[in-house]
Amino acid sequence: MPLTHVIEDEVLTVTLDGGKLNEIGLPMLRALEGVVPLLRRPDVRAMVVRSTHAGGFSAGADLHELYAGLTSVEADPAGLVEHAQKLFDTPRTAARAGASTLRAALRQRDPHPARAAKAWGVRAFLDRVHRVFDAFDAAPIPTIAAVHGVCFGGGFELALTCDVIVADRTARFAFPELRLGLIPGFGGIPRLERDLGNAIVRDVILSGRSVSAKRAHELGLVSQLVGDGHAHKVAARLAEQTTRFDAHTLAVAKTFAKPIPRERLREEKDRFVELLGRPVVVEALRRFVEAGDAMPYLPAKKAAPASDAGPNDRVTR
Amino acid sequence: MSQDRVMERLLSLAAERFARSREDLKPEDDLFDALEIDSMQALSLLTALEESFSVEIPDYEVQDVRTFQELAEVVASRL
Repeated sequence: MPLTHVIEDEVLTVTLDGGKLNEIGLPMLRALEGVVPLLRRPDVRAMVVRSTHAGGFSAGADLHELYAGLTSVEADPAGLVEHAQKLFDTPRTAARAGASTLRAALRQRDPHPARAAKAWGVRAFLDRVHRVFDAFDAAPIPTIAAVHGVCFGGGFELALTCDVIVADRTARFAFPELRLGLIPGFGGIPRLERDLGNAIVRDVILSGRSVSAKRAHELGLVSQLVGDGHAHKVAARLAEQTTRFDAHTLAVAKTFAKPIPRERLREEKDRFVELLGRPVVVEALRRFVEAGDAMPYLPAKKAAPASDAGPNDRVTR
Repeated sequence: MSQDRVMERLLSLAAERFARSREDLKPEDDLFDALEIDSMQALSLLTALEESFSVEIPDYEVQDVRTFQELAEVVASRL
């Protein structure tokens, strides 16, 4: 299982423990979907999300899975429904909609009908991720992310669904999606906009740079900055504190203090899917997957050969 | 802070963090070879440098850095 959960003293603790670094693909998504019903149980008064991986909280979306999804399906209207169901684990009705997308693209003489259908398949996956993340965001209980190490991309987006981020000094936050020709797709931009000023949001998104926990604390993204290895302990203590308050009042306070930017979330999904159809994305994902490194855009021992564009290269073309 | 002092503090910090002898590290060394670190560990070195020098170093500025000398130049440019 890519995660485990335990309820103790009215605090639900979700521990991410999957893949190389808690990549969010179908297995993690299914596991997170399993957590959603727990958020409204009467014996759950707060939630802490943490990771047991030494490397950090989460490296983000499972790009190997995304790459496979974008390259393995061919333009076959007859087989698309079955294929899409298998590939993206979508309900049959949604899979039918995907086949319909492909047929419409063919009718409209879209030069890339299969690409349109593949993008739809990812959209179905994104819809599921958003349902889970929205449920976390809107949970009627205080939610706390205990972060250390890498908190990138989709992992950062998961942390942003929580009410409070407690981070130790090893934590680093980043949205590296532009390196892949993409923007964040799990709600990162609207939720970051909600929490921070737009100038720093633009800097982080457009540069793809990572921000240390200390800087994130100065910016107001990290609420509580703690010593190395103490994020979970501090988060658990905070969660326990919130269970002392009236549940209804907590829910009212949260709803009032933390509106969900639904319109912007929908727009982000649309933009993401539009970008996904571009060849530059598949090419960037291919380089990422073939590099074999969890994060090949970070400093590394060996430079890419001059004759072969490396993942650090710009993906604008 | 002079470039020499930046280098000295950088090498001491790197040696301590990755359990190497300070004397074994030279400015011209490939830091990945000398410290035997991967990209994740390089990220933790970046965090340690930011803390130690009270600066912010965007990853893209160290993306192509290979030697301690190059890294010290990036740090110095932020002081």
